Amino acid sequence: MPFALLKYALSREHPDDPHFRWKPDLKKTYDVIIIGAGGHGLAAAYHLAKDHGITNIAVLEKGWLAGGNTARNTTIVRANYLTPEGVAFYKESVELFRTLSNELDINVMYSERGHFTLAHTDAAMRTARWRAEVNKHMGVNSEVIDAAEVKRICPTMNVTDDARYPVLGALYHPPGAIARHDAVAWGYAKEAMKRGVEVHTQTEVKKILIENGRAIGVETNRGVIHGAKIMQAVAGSSSHVARMAGLKLPIKTIPLQACVSEPVKPILDQIVVSGSLHVYISQSARGEMVMGGATDAYGLYSSRSTLDFKESLMGHMLELFPFMGELRILRQWAGMADMTPDFSPVMGLTPVENYYIDAGWGTWGFKATPVCGKRMAECVATGRQPDLLKPFALSRFDTFDLVGEKGAASVGH
Amino acid sequence: MKILNCPLNGPRNISEFVWGGEMKPMPDPATATDAQWTDFLFLEDNTAGEITEWWLHAPTNYWFIARRNTLTDEIIETMTYDAYLARQKANASGEAEPAAKPTTGGTETGATSA
Ligand SMILES: Cc1cc2nc3c(=O)[nH]c(=O)nc-3n(C[C@H](O)[C@H](O)[C@H](O)COP(=O)(O)OP(=O)(O)OC[C@H]3O[C@@H](n4cnc5c(N)ncnc54)[C@H](O)[C@@H]3O)c2cc1C
Repeated sequence: MPFALLKYALSREHPDDPHFRWKPDLKKTYDVIIIGAGGHGLAAAYHLAKDHGITNIAVLEKGWLAGGNTARNTTIVRANYLTPEGVAFYKESVELFRTLSNELDINVMYSERGHFTLAHTDAAMRTARWRAEVNKHMGVNSEVIDAAEVKRICPTMNVTDDARYPVLGALYHPPGAIARHDAVAWGYAKEAMKRGVEVHTQTEVKKILIENGRAIGVETNRGVIHGAKIMQAVAGSSSHVARMAGLKLPIKTIPLQACVSEPVKPILDQIVVSGSLHVYISQSARGEMVMGGATDAYGLYSSRSTLDFKESLMGHMLELFPFMGELRILRQWAGMADMTPDFSPVMGLTPVENYYIDAGWGTWGFKATPVCGKRMAECVATGRQPDLLKPFALSRFDTFDLVGEKGAASVGH
Repeated sequence: MKILNCPLNGPRNISEFVWGGEMKPMPDPATATDAQWTDFLFLEDNTAGEITEWWLHAPTNYWFIARRNTLTDEIIETMTYDAYLARQKANASGEAEPAAKPTTGGTETGATSA
């Protein structure tokens, strides 16, 4: 009924709400100031408003809405980590992602594809078995499969012996998914703003005001504002902002590059990761092959792209998926990843009173956006470290109690 | 392809090297506290700008020092660890550039204006 649809669209009785309710002016004080309007900051604002009734919130963003790593990631969502602490945490995020489109009333195009972590060596098979057992114990669906089974599920993959590093088997994680990253951030922003949260773009935090060991406000390019509580969620700029609060972090900022091919008809259903070959690939809903690898070899505050990255990526990719030889690269980009030594995030309380941190998200933080928003909101609202976040506290580095996830996070983001 | 000038092997492709991170002094193992170890092992300045850092030329297993700008990715200079120490010592004793000191004739002022 195209005519009825047109009538509905043009009718004044059912106007669509504007997505974003911008407020032009900054107030003098807020209950909570969040630095960084990426997915994490916005999700925390949403949960503070929805779960804890705190709506007098300003989210301050130096650039534009969710233009940082939230806009640059390759959107892999999974829970097949290595440590029980990590698996419990990411499992909650996968559960929240499944109902996120309803929760935020926006289509985040959550698409469960199945996720392979390929093994080309005995050591990689051993890690796969280890992860599968921890996953199953924690109620996460993962299993080790052999090369023939990989081929059955993913017929386009080359698992023959005439490759430089033949596929021996894989850790298979059926719930592994991809989603529309921008929609996730926009959904949180829209629903938070509907509840009264203010998001201010082009507003850079330049200084954090501390009095007697307590954070009391921030200085921005638009003036000073005060906040009862302050939270930072600034990814690649984590060390820089934390330093303003007098904190030194266990973080190195290292670029992570990615690229997409021109779009083609659906040919690859799964998300395929190879830790040994340092490559991963999935096909987006638009048909583009989305590809990347591990971080660059050294620290840098830049989002430039390099030829080395594409050379090493394509060398292995062509062996895994020979049909890729027909495709051209369409776009390439990079983001600044805030890397921790144990490949786990840093969340929660800090030595500065009323100052909360959400950092160390490196190459793996998109999938954690919902759970992190929910639990950081709980932490800020109650002033206590939620149980789920206890293993990830900044203080773990003082007690040498690291959460080693390198085996599950260095290439498969 | 980016080139790094190794003090032992000369200019080589940067993919032959392994980054060792920003230079930081190691605490004395005999007296260091837990907090000092945490600082040395895990905490980073993560400087945006000019840094002094470790690099390893992997094929020859040779460690050396570089100065690099982490905003522009420009390698300013590379040097052996001994050269780095010598410069530190000179800086500590108040002489900015020992090599630039005039060896014959001229006063301090004359040297600067030359
Ligand atoms: C190429 C690439 C691929 C990735 N792939 C995946 C993946 O497949 N799966 C996955 O789970 N994760 C992935 N990640 C990681 C993921 O993108 C990040 O961990 C996540 O997006 C971090 O979200 P965030 O909201 O914390 O940070 P961001 O989205 O970066 O937001 C931080 C914001 O803070 C702002 N800011 C910084 N300083 C200031 C200041 N002084 N004042 C005000 N605002 C400031 C920035 O402008 C920015 O908008 C990938 C990352 C990259 C770069």
